[in-house]
Amino acid sequence: MNIIAQYGDIIVILACVFGFFMAWGVGANDVANAMGTSVGSKALTLKQAIMIAIVFEFAGAYLAGGAVTATIRKGIIDPSLLASTPELLIFGMMAALLAAAIWLLVATFFGWPVSTTHTIVGAIVGFAAVGISPDAVNWGKVAKIVASWVVSPITAGLMAFFLFRSVQRLVLDSATPFRNAQKYVPGYIFLVGFIISMVTFTKGLKHIGLDLSFGSSALISFGLAFITMVIGKIMLNRIKEDKEADKDYHFSSVEKLFGVLMMFTACAMAFAHGSNDVANAVGPIAAVVGIVSAGGEVMQKSVMPSWILLLGGAGIVTGLVMYGHKVIATVGKNITELTPSRGFAATLAAASTVVFASGTGLPISTTHTLVGAVLGVGLARGLAALNLKVVGTIFISWVVTLPAGAGLSIMFFFMFKGIFS
Amino acid sequence: MATTNPFLQMFARSPFKPMQEHIAKAQYCAEQLIPFFEATYDNDWLVAEQLQQKITLLENEADAIKKEVRQSVPSSLFLPVPRTDLLNLLRMQDKIANRAKDISGIMLGRKILIPQIIQKEMLEFVQAAVNTSQQALIALNELDELVGAGFRGREVDVVEALINKLDDLEHTTDELERHVRHSLFKVEKELDPIDAIFLYNVISWVGDLADRAQDVGGRLQLLIAR
Repeated sequence: MNIIAQYGDIIVILACVFGFFMAWGVGANDVANAMGTSVGSKALTLKQAIMIAIVFEFAGAYLAGGAVTATIRKGIIDPSLLASTPELLIFGMMAALLAAAIWLLVATFFGWPVSTTHTIVGAIVGFAAVGISPDAVNWGKVAKIVASWVVSPITAGLMAFFLFRSVQRLVLDSATPFRNAQKYVPGYIFLVGFIISMVTFTKGLKHIGLDLSFGSSALISFGLAFITMVIGKIMLNRIKEDKEADKDYHFSSVEKLFGVLMMFTACAMAFAHGSNDVANAVGPIAAVVGIVSAGGEVMQKSVMPSWILLLGGAGIVTGLVMYGHKVIATVGKNITELTPSRGFAATLAAASTVVFASGTGLPISTTHTLVGAVLGVGLARGLAALNLKVVGTIFISWVVTLPAGAGLSIMFFFMFKGIFS
Repeated sequence: MATTNPFLQMFARSPFKPMQEHIAKAQYCAEQLIPFFEATYDNDWLVAEQLQQKITLLENEADAIKKEVRQSVPSSLFLPVPRTDLLNLLRMQDKIANRAKDISGIMLGRKILIPQIIQKEMLEFVQAAVNTSQQALIALNELDELVGAGFRGREVDVVEALINKLDDLEHTTDELERHVRHSLFKVEKELDPIDAIFLYNVISWVGDLADRAQDVGGRLQLLIAR
């Protein structure tokens, strides 16, 4: 108890620094995959992509990041076992943050493919199971999270498959692809607006004082989606058919229309990413701050202060501005094969899956979800060439990252325990 | 760092653009046969040799693209079409360039003169064969659109129509081949027997060129058939 009273301020400041650093890493690295697709398909310029990422990552983190944060904060560990030793939870969360941040730094340096989400979950499970006791881990919840890592890429893949098939049927395979695209793209834009706002309104927003019923959520989402669609329609009307370019490649003008759609899915993707990945950094801070401010009470029912979400959002944006733009440019340059008609299907499917996971409080990997979505488009024969070795790479990143995150966090846990007590 | 990003790794280079470059090269090779035959008619072996060298050079370039395509489709690659069908198509495309090289090579090497009396007919025949391979190129030019449409629907019909026209052109070439053979048969007694044998060879190779072009169409059809 007196440890918390004695070092409370230092602990909170440390946690914030570690967490901010984590968020910085998410912004510097992970955002690139979410936004690079739009840059690669030439739907957005690099500058536009960064602007969209800043606004929507932040909005996603603040508006819809609450549920995943709660899972990281108090879902994985069963706090009832720690009521008498709250300082252990504090040390553990700080160890997890530090372990994840360092592991990500090392992995980035050596170019290993790792997921922020997997690292932090591995780290939390690690310190809790080894440092405290295996009973402290809520294994049921952990199993659910791990299952969601398998289910989310598959869901996104299926969704992307059917989205692209619908594009084939309605637009690409028609006698007048350009006119059909003009007709159907607003519908897809509506879908983007509706899915994202619906999930956000029904699952999030409680922490900013908005608690809506399902019916009114649906109504507001419908309205928002309609407004989005009208904006999209205005942008679409500005695009004229370019007969000259179509001679060389028949779908040139059509792709331009899908480019507009992809601007919207890019916003959705950034929002989804912010809503899920900010929790990796913010969840542990929230746990630490919660205990310290409650004076050592582990079972606090208080809602997380929203400044913590803001801190996470700020970290992501800082990472993005300082370093992320370079990674986005690299990703964009290398995936030019993903034209807007395919890119939108992949990003919309991934964004919907991630936002839904965010609403349910499941921390998942945005990159892996996106990989699943792209494979879905590929299965619909939508992509020229996909390297299937990547599935193996992802599997390896799982096998390596979980124990690495766990091992480091166990080490730091005992280190903190030694320093402070 | 970029190369180890699993998301980036997933996007391999498309083999379809180089496929189109390859057949364009092969066709460019075949086209040279027209001025080449004209040069031999004029008994201008200097020009003929230059053209033969050009054909050899183009054939080498086509070979290089062929190797590049083969290397870019490892078996771990996920393509919208069966990999073996794609590689078979490539092999057929390559044979067009090879045949053009064979024809010009043997004619230059043996300084084969086409008898005056069948020259006009022969040139028509060569032109018809080159037209056939030209049609194969036109059909292959739709490959990027096929990828764009996901190898489905209307675009498939467009390509089928192009392949049908390719078959018609090959039949025309066959017809002309028969005529040329018949005309040669009528004058063969007046020729040196060995020259006559090689003349028949040249005729059948020119016919082969059109056959290869038709095979390209056939392979393309297999590629898009489901």
